[in-house]
Amino acid sequence: MRIAYYPGCSLETSAAEYGLSVAKTAQILGIELQELPDWSCCGATSAHSTSRLLSIALPARNLALAEQEGLDLLAPCAACYNRFRATERRLRRDAGLLRQVAEAIGMEYTATSRTVSVLELLAGSVGLEAIASKVRRPLEGLRPACYYGCYLVRPGEYTGFDDPEYPQSMERIMQALGAEPVAWSHQTECCGASLATTRPEVGLKMAGEILTSAEERGADSIVTACPLCHMNLDMRRGQVQKLLGVNITLPVYYITQLVAVACGETPESVGIDRHFVEAAGRIAMLPAGDGSTAG
Amino acid sequence: METTLAPSKEKKELIRRIERSSGTEISRCYQCGKCSAGCPASSGMDYTPRQVIRLLQLEMVDEALRAGSIWLCATCEICTTRCPRGVDVASLMDALRREAWRRGMITDRRVAVFNDVFLKSVARFGRVFEAGLLLEYNLKTGQLFKDTELGLPMLQRGKMHPLPTIIRGHNAVRQICDRVQRMEAEERCE
Repeated sequence: MRIAYYPGCSLETSAAEYGLSVAKTAQILGIELQELPDWSCCGATSAHSTSRLLSIALPARNLALAEQEGLDLLAPCAACYNRFRATERRLRRDAGLLRQVAEAIGMEYTATSRTVSVLELLAGSVGLEAIASKVRRPLEGLRPACYYGCYLVRPGEYTGFDDPEYPQSMERIMQALGAEPVAWSHQTECCGASLATTRPEVGLKMAGEILTSAEERGADSIVTACPLCHMNLDMRRGQVQKLLGVNITLPVYYITQLVAVACGETPESVGIDRHFVEAAGRIAMLPAGDGSTAG
Repeated sequence: METTLAPSKEKKELIRRIERSSGTEISRCYQCGKCSAGCPASSGMDYTPRQVIRLLQLEMVDEALRAGSIWLCATCEICTTRCPRGVDVASLMDALRREAWRRGMITDRRVAVFNDVFLKSVARFGRVFEAGLLLEYNLKTGQLFKDTELGLPMLQRGKMHPLPTIIRGHNAVRQICDRVQRMEAEERCE
């Protein structure tokens, strides 16, 4: 399988280990990632807070590049994914806006591109059985809280691959890897990442509630597919603890890190040693596995 | 430059424009408050999302544009997802932010400065330069040491580059930003 690949700004910097583990996961599952040549930023929240046309034009430049390749586009960052899906949907339904956007980007674009998230790629295109067949070190005994946040599942009209209030694709992927995901209340609550820089007293409290909820449900880790959620729950853990006076040691993994580890990769090769909250210890506690292909 | 609106006609026109920009109808809201009950940021808001819509229904558009809430909204889309009347509340908050920004009626400078610095980084390099963005944001908001404790550990973990990545098409991205600005200005004049 070949797919166009849009890493997005975060995967090159603050979410470097997401980038590493997406590449490893693709390699394990036989997916060829073809990085979009000379991709640019999607504009994120700052664009749609400032200009409606810009918030569509910045994604459209990348979508036009993907359209030239004639491939589906993988956007692992939940925020980029959401902007791309919103742009695709709007432009398919509004020919006038499509003309305006084509003029703004100075490129041809017919809104036939299709952006997918990591969850759609794994649970949909690749399939759970194919993933399970590659598992060499099952995540036996791991009890992750699967955390979707906002952008992967909302609004349902743009994203649409899972339920916006009670999604289960990540849980199913975790089960295919041998883990036992917990049922919990904060799967799709917002982590407040966009407020962590500008209004920390509000944003950090939101992150704290997610961590507390996962811990109370007996989770031993959190899994995410969003670099902004990871940043807020992992990198800002010290700030959250200080503000709320709590001590929560739950590691936060990218879903692709766990796929790679379950398929026999070392934690270091997917950057699990690069987190702010110690995350290698829980992996070291997993049973060694038999080294042979399971299933 | 801050402006105050003349009553009635001008306000009505502005509300229509906000509705068009957000793609939603304010009159559809029957004030059930489901948006505000689910809103994860409402505890810090001066007006809840439901109240912001009520302000617009009552043509109190100045108050709506000055509401601190519009800058606290994290666009998490819970409100839009749950609205039983199909009001796109998150998009409405977005449209209010854009209008307030354009009119200089900004009640939370920090968010506005962040957005401005972010987009300038994109226009300049084609991608966001995270380290530069945070430094400039701190300087412009007078919080010199905000988050600086994260800088060194990020560098050590290879999670931050001290220099920007400049894409080959950075001029194309700048041109997109310029063209959008021009097109939007023309649209407003029509």
